Amino acid sequence: MNRIDQKFRENKKLLSIYFSAGFPNLDDTVPILKKLQTAGVDMVEIGLPFSDPLADGPTIQASSSQAILNGMTTEKLFSQLEGIRKHIKIPLVLMGYFNPMMQYGIEKFCSRCETIGIDGIIIPDLPVDVYHENYKALFDKHGLYNMFLITPQTSEARIKYIDKVSNGFIYMVSSASVTGAKSTFGNTQTEYFKRIATLKLKTPTVIGFGISNQETYKIACDQSRGAIIGSAFIQFLEKEGEEKIGSFIKSIRG
Amino acid sequence: MNYNVDEKGYYGDFGGAFIPEMLYPNVEELRNNYLKIEAEPLFKKEFDTLLKNYVGRPTPLYFAKRLSKRYNTKIYLKREDLCHTGAHKVNNTIGQILVAKRLGKTRIIAETGAGQHGVATATVCALMGIECIVYMGELDIKRQAPNVARMKMLGAEVRPAKSGSKTLKDATNEAIRDWINNPINTHYIIGSVVGPHPYPDMVARFQSVISQEIKWQLQDLEGRDYPDHLIACVGGGSNAAGLYYHYLNDQRVNIIAVEAAGKGIDSGKSAATSALGKEGIIHGSKTLLMQTSDGQITEPYSISAGLDYPGVGPMHANLFRSKRAEFISIPDQEAMDWGLTLSQMEGIIPAIETAHAFAALDVRKFGPEEIIVFNCSGRGDKDLDTYIDYFKL
Repeated sequence: MNRIDQKFRENKKLLSIYFSAGFPNLDDTVPILKKLQTAGVDMVEIGLPFSDPLADGPTIQASSSQAILNGMTTEKLFSQLEGIRKHIKIPLVLMGYFNPMMQYGIEKFCSRCETIGIDGIIIPDLPVDVYHENYKALFDKHGLYNMFLITPQTSEARIKYIDKVSNGFIYMVSSASVTGAKSTFGNTQTEYFKRIATLKLKTPTVIGFGISNQETYKIACDQSRGAIIGSAFIQFLEKEGEEKIGSFIKSIRG
Repeated sequence: MNYNVDEKGYYGDFGGAFIPEMLYPNVEELRNNYLKIEAEPLFKKEFDTLLKNYVGRPTPLYFAKRLSKRYNTKIYLKREDLCHTGAHKVNNTIGQILVAKRLGKTRIIAETGAGQHGVATATVCALMGIECIVYMGELDIKRQAPNVARMKMLGAEVRPAKSGSKTLKDATNEAIRDWINNPINTHYIIGSVVGPHPYPDMVARFQSVISQEIKWQLQDLEGRDYPDHLIACVGGGSNAAGLYYHYLNDQRVNIIAVEAAGKGIDSGKSAATSALGKEGIIHGSKTLLMQTSDGQITEPYSISAGLDYPGVGPMHANLFRSKRAEFISIPDQEAMDWGLTLSQMEGIIPAIETAHAFAALDVRKFGPEEIIVFNCSGRGDKDLDTYIDYFKL
């Protein structure tokens, strides 16, 4: 069974962390993964850096650019992750834009992921219909899940289509924004979260974008199976360093 | 083969809409409506009237007598440089602002490199009384001060793009991010035949007025409605798309696209996408683009700010791959020399982008009875500083 499914069978709310591979330093990927697992994080999205991250705000843009400057590449990331399953048991998801994957070769990319033990991929700029038509068979062959985003503007018909085509979880973007927007969750968000809950989707939902502290994490957990934190974690990492990852996670979970 | 867009938004292998889900409703709204809106009689009337009375269309098709004599062929210039705001860009911004109004949008965003599209957008927003925000790379803001001033004078807000390489591609990224953050009230006026479907097709349709006019103008002047060759410069490719549009599937017409070689194709400072690019995704479109082997988009270079885009519109990528069009690339120096030649032989100071196209005359032979139409896409006022520096005027 895919580790993501196993994780969602556990009767608990999940905390998932995103970071840009190769940031702050090129070889930080594995040490950060180990510390996140030790701190009790349930799942990790490892960001594959891209020069032109359309859906990301300033924090992830900057960490992504720095990672590229540090020398991070797709091949480099795979070589860092070689053998990672000796140490890391939690689900691992790669998150990145489609162009670098295309250049690596989609088939080769999926095959490397399978060998390493990656459980799923999130590709913000690969629309669900294009995936369904052209790539789903390949992902399935390599046992990889592909998770999709939905937003407050996504139509019900499209959400149901995404629910049908995807596995693992649905990534609920909390509001119409790029990543890292500072937000508190108001009525609009709560109504949106509740509306999605009434759709009774087969795929569990996790909320991301704008989760930065215990308060927003708790609201996300009340309304879905858990939350994804990216920009706030990267900012912490930059300021406090990886030694204190445990205290960041504690401050979120409470 | 049909060289127009297919119903799924592709030109052969290229095009489509590779966009984050956050943009899907915006792009979908446009996709569902652009053809309907464009076909409305009232829309057509308003568009045509503005092109005539505001932009100054039809633009002349001018027989360049001295140039024709020197090259022993028949050379016509389609005078898009005479459009209001100084280039073809305004054909598209007029069309898109009318679409935006019909979609009930109250806020306009745009990206700009050299500032020409930004000025054309600020102009139509002033015309309609709609809020206008133009994203421009921080480096370009410094390099193109007069156009920044024009946009401000027209009432637009110019926001610096500080990410990445701080130029056109980053301004485009910032405009897209703005659109993600403002999905309901905002329309994004893209300035070229790039971006996710339906943009390449929508922009090409608004620019197609160029070749539509050429058809009857050539009929009047030459007794036939098609030329032997069409020649245009290509960055993203909007002026070229307008020039080729009504002849795309007419095999009697040879299509020539001129890219900027910059300091030379192998110099590492070039914008010749067809020669240097590989298939990939940029700004929501599958096309040819300049990138590293790892898929990171690289910064192009040309002395002309309007040609230094790392990608090319998907229509042009398909014309290149299918060999429907000849692609040539011209280095800075030859383009600059042509700026001077056209000025002194025909009394027309061209934009540096436009000057690239004319250098095709030195690259390939044309017969004495052959008819060539160049798109004289923009005037050179905006480039005076560069010309002054280069020629020590």
